[in-house]
Amino acid sequence: MIKIVKRDQPSRAIFFFTPVLAIFLTLVAGGLIFFILGFKPFEALKFFFIVPIADKYGFSELLLKATPLCLIAIGLSFCFKSNNWNIGAEGQLTFGAIVSGGVALLFYEQEGFYILPIVILAGAIGGMLYASIPAILKTYFNTNEILVSLMLVYVSKLILDYLVVGPWSNPEGFNFPETRQFSDSAKLPILFEGLRIHAGIFLALAAVVISWFVFYKTYLGFQMKVSGFSLKTARYAGYKGKKMIILVFLISGACAGLAGVGEITGPIGQLHREISPDYGFTAIIVAFLGRLHPVGIIFASLVVAITYLGAETAQIFMQIPKYTGQVFQGMILFFLLASDYLLFFKIKFIGSKK
Amino acid sequence: MHKFLIRSFVSSLVLLFTFTVAAVAKDVKAAFVYIGPTGDHGWTYQHDVGRKAVEAAGFKTTYVEGVPESADAERVLRQLANSGHDVIFTTSFGYMNPTNKVAKEFPNVKFEHATGYKREHPNVSTYAARFYEGRTILGTIAGTMTKSNVIGYVASFPIPEVIRGINSFTLAAQKVNPNIKTKIVWAFTWYDPGKEAEAAKALIDQGADVIAQHTDSTAIVQMAEKAGVYAFGQASDMDKFAPKAVLTSVENNWGPYYVDRVKAVANGTWSQKDTWHGIGDGMVVISDLDSQMPADLRSKVKKLQADLASGKVHSFTGPIYDQKGNLMVAEGKTADDGMLAGMMTYVKGVEGDIPK
Repeated sequence: MIKIVKRDQPSRAIFFFTPVLAIFLTLVAGGLIFFILGFKPFEALKFFFIVPIADKYGFSELLLKATPLCLIAIGLSFCFKSNNWNIGAEGQLTFGAIVSGGVALLFYEQEGFYILPIVILAGAIGGMLYASIPAILKTYFNTNEILVSLMLVYVSKLILDYLVVGPWSNPEGFNFPETRQFSDSAKLPILFEGLRIHAGIFLALAAVVISWFVFYKTYLGFQMKVSGFSLKTARYAGYKGKKMIILVFLISGACAGLAGVGEITGPIGQLHREISPDYGFTAIIVAFLGRLHPVGIIFASLVVAITYLGAETAQIFMQIPKYTGQVFQGMILFFLLASDYLLFFKIKFIGSKK
Repeated sequence: MHKFLIRSFVSSLVLLFTFTVAAVAKDVKAAFVYIGPTGDHGWTYQHDVGRKAVEAAGFKTTYVEGVPESADAERVLRQLANSGHDVIFTTSFGYMNPTNKVAKEFPNVKFEHATGYKREHPNVSTYAARFYEGRTILGTIAGTMTKSNVIGYVASFPIPEVIRGINSFTLAAQKVNPNIKTKIVWAFTWYDPGKEAEAAKALIDQGADVIAQHTDSTAIVQMAEKAGVYAFGQASDMDKFAPKAVLTSVENNWGPYYVDRVKAVANGTWSQKDTWHGIGDGMVVISDLDSQMPADLRSKVKKLQADLASGKVHSFTGPIYDQKGNLMVAEGKTADDGMLAGMMTYVKGVEGDIPK
């Protein structure tokens, strides 16, 4: 007989084990889905998870894809750890890209070492400004930050639409919805000739190190943790809740804005309507899969990034519908949430007695 | 003896060459990159119909659907070029810069980009269809069938392609009915059934009894069916989605072009081109005309179709005036391709301003 027993305390070992379990279960379920669809499961999984990163170019593409996911997820972990539900990273990414793209366009056909830092900074500020809206509304008007940040995503995309269709559209571009190409001085340097991986990866790595330091070595990190467990306790301890809410939103917005900068001044090189395939939303999965831990987020961003690449490879070589990539992302989150049950409950096998 | 040796050597070389060419020809592989799902019954669906025609002609094809126009497009293109594809069709405007970028790295792979204007390398061609010819037909039908003299038009983005369509449609409608007005709603999307349905509803509420569309979903014809007004199918024959509302559809027929270009790659005769085909070349196809249309209108449309195909009639024949009454095309003249490609002003009779 099986009996489910509540744990006295959430298990720490299980806390870090369940993401691995979730990935394993996703692979099993994915293989099963491939089998049902009429594909050889092991071959399909090979094309999904191994072939895309088997060479130098593929691996560099994995890092390129994981960079924005990692950066945004690190930012989100500040919010999520302290009980602030910022769902609008996609909007902060978009607005950051708008501000930084605008600055890059100001420097059109200009050269100078100072241009890139200004463009990057502009992106971070844009993201912060946009994230400050739900933060201020939450602290001073008690609005729900989930709704506000989410709805602002759509607003940011409309602003981007307006700009690339109208005032910022390429004057030589027959009115198609895109801006001019940025000058080289406004673009992130490429790390290796022939590959697309760019200096933006250092921004992500810096974010990882800084967040680890803040979370585990500072008073602020401790305050965030306490607020995350219990807002009442935090208030009782005298922490300034409002300041912290605004601070974590600003950090999160800056990270998302920088991710936007990385896309437009990296591989894209201009502004147009589709600068991000919903990185801001996918990063939520990454943050939770990584257990809101900086190192965990690195691994999680790589795992989720590969579902994008694998979906393309599987369609090219095996004609598996590309949308299975999204199914995999969904399954990872589903299995993670489901296996979190084990955090709070344990399963006991009891020998049946007659 | 020497001569014989040389001759046989040369002839065997020629033979070898022929065999190699023949062997290569059979192995030509074409790839297609799609912006949406193959089941959208609009833009991507029709490109996939074209791809199937290439398969039917005996060539191997690969496709990747739902490729965003973000940084991902370049990776997909590179992967296709790297995995033995000889010709790659990129079927959305937003792939323009990635297509040219990857084409530079793979000079032996041919690239065909739909609806763009950049051909930066000798291995990049562009192609598009003269959909405005189809819209001349739709305008003629709409101008005849409307009772309220208000025609609704759901537009996607204010780019020349769409403005040209609105103008061509309005000019044709005015020709048969000088009193008509074309009302535009900009949906700012190519494919969003919810938004498109809302736009159609707004137009119907403003008194439009015929709705035209330059977006890809079937939501508009379905909304028209519900409201009891007429509509036209876009990209594919949408009659089965709204049998009462749909009078006809303008179909995008890419198959002949795709087969032609893949064969050219196989024969080694492929060269850079900028193709802009219309009804005459069969790239734009008018679906069956609905029996609700009076017989004389149907025969008039058939004749117009034949005249557009032969070049006897041009969609933009002067005199054409803009909204302010300035002359755009003089009497007896037709608009040239340069003017059509950059068309960013409404003709007289279209209501409202182009969003800026």
